[in-house]
Amino acid sequence: MNLVHEIVGHYNHWIIIVLMVSGLYIVVARGNMIKKLVGLSVFQTSVYLLYLSPGKIIGGTPPILSPQFTVYSNPLPHVLILTAIVVGIATIALGLALVVRINEAFGTIEEDEIFAEDEDE
Amino acid sequence: MISEHLPALQVVIPLLGAVLCACFKRGVAAWFVACVASVAVLIVSVGLLAQVYDGGTISYALGGWRPPFGIEYRIDIFNAYVLVLVSVIGAVIMPYAKRSVEQEIPADRQAWFYSIYLLCLCGLLGIAITGDAFNAFVFMEISSLATYALIAMGRDRRALLAAYQYLIMGTIGATFYVIGVGLLYSMTGTLNLVDMANRLAGIEESRAVLAALAFLTVGISLKLALFPLHVWLPNAYAYAPSMATAFLSATATKVAVYLLLRYFFTVFGVSVVYADLPISWIFLVLSLAAMFGASVVAVFQNNIKRMLAYSSVGQIGYITLGIGIANETGLTGGIVHLFNHAVTKATLFMAVGAIFFRIGSVRIEDLGGVGKQMPWTAGAFVIAGFSLLGIPGTVGFITKWYLGLGAAEDGWWWLVILIVLSSMLSVVYIGRFVEVMWFRDVVPAARRAKEPPLSMLLPTLLLTGATIFFGFDTRLTEGVAELAAQWLLSGAR
Repeated sequence: MNLVHEIVGHYNHWIIIVLMVSGLYIVVARGNMIKKLVGLSVFQTSVYLLYLSPGKIIGGTPPILSPQFTVYSNPLPHVLILTAIVVGIATIALGLALVVRINEAFGTIEEDEIFAEDEDE
Repeated sequence: MISEHLPALQVVIPLLGAVLCACFKRGVAAWFVACVASVAVLIVSVGLLAQVYDGGTISYALGGWRPPFGIEYRIDIFNAYVLVLVSVIGAVIMPYAKRSVEQEIPADRQAWFYSIYLLCLCGLLGIAITGDAFNAFVFMEISSLATYALIAMGRDRRALLAAYQYLIMGTIGATFYVIGVGLLYSMTGTLNLVDMANRLAGIEESRAVLAALAFLTVGISLKLALFPLHVWLPNAYAYAPSMATAFLSATATKVAVYLLLRYFFTVFGVSVVYADLPISWIFLVLSLAAMFGASVVAVFQNNIKRMLAYSSVGQIGYITLGIGIANETGLTGGIVHLFNHAVTKATLFMAVGAIFFRIGSVRIEDLGGVGKQMPWTAGAFVIAGFSLLGIPGTVGFITKWYLGLGAAEDGWWWLVILIVLSSMLSVVYIGRFVEVMWFRDVVPAARRAKEPPLSMLLPTLLLTGATIFFGFDTRLTEGVAELAAQWLLSGAR
């Protein structure tokens, strides 16, 4: 019973771990450049959750001082992750732009085909 | 007065310069703005170093929010040194950049190029100056994104591939860094590095803190190209525009090393990192692998920029070797090599860029007899090459001297021998190109080559002079590095 409680009680951590590992796996295992970026995006998203989930306190209210409330949630992780999301968008956008130009220059976005083409030169 | 606000100006000047550059259509105007910004940044950083030297650590509350609540810019002797290092290279390279960029970048993109360059400078300076863990991440991503774009501007289509691969690796590294910071934040509730260090006292042994240390080490090691996490580096440096290669090879990895040292010594502390964990051995083994492995690969390169890039991986090995030795002398050697390698490698890449400017190739078969056509440029290459080997009278010798002394202090004579042996490998890879440049007949590709324009030659010779000058007069470089090493090892408060 205790073990079940341990696993279910930390379900947010399990989700983070699954996302993190699967994102990283996609980056490593796929040769398609767009799919790699998708994996990278999943990997980054897991980190957003890593920050956000400890910030929420059950029963906590937004951090506006009021005599009625004594428990507040932490707003700082949200601010940090807003910044991280912007950074993530910029990274993916730049990555996609590079893939577009790679497609124009090499005619493919499969890594193994590009490397094969590269060796011919 | 304005001297109080130098810490903010250090980052704001290149940031505003980048915006201004992007407004121009013509490359020359943007170059001028970038020039002014780079020189201003240099003045600011030298001013900061002088202030720290006289008055000790500066704490600057950005926007008036006092630390640890607001973002704190904290400048001590170590990061003042890193700031000067980055801004010196940034300023010296600007006169060189004009002609090189005119040739290598299409006219309609030159203004963008300078704009991105200033963003990269801003990011690197920001990492060095900030005292806030998350702020460092934001600056890391500013500099990294700018770097990917700079690399992608290379003329070869493989530059795009190199930029893409670096983007994937770099983002994984940065994300590992954020995971580490996130774990530390959830344990301590603060992002201010000094505050974090205080609150970590007593919970160093917790699993989350150790996991954070692991994530930070791997993430930052990806950025600093620690062997075997260096695979992004050779292609990135080989295909980037000459000016970008010279700038990045001298600064980007050095700032990452700084960040790693900051976490090891000031946040976690010597007792956690070195006493309980085998980090010292991990760094020793990986550094030696870099010094030998990368150098051997460098011997077989026919592209001179790729050869220098692999040599960079090997040279980073010397810096991390200082982290692995971790006594005062060894650490001094590692820190002084930040500067020494920056000057040496910038000279080499600038000389190669100048040769590329005249010949249009960086392949070994097109370099035959270049020394006879461009004696000054090829001479600078030879002298900086000597520094890479560690010949007495150059800065490279100073580094190896301190690393050797540091190893000997611990009684590790085998390590001293290995340091000398690894230098022999650099004799081979540098000697191969020197032989082709100076002792072969002039090949058709080099027949009409002559010295590059003065605006490119003078900065190269200036840095060449620096590799010799600081090889004799080590008061400034080694003096500051020793202070920094003492400060880091004494608990760094």
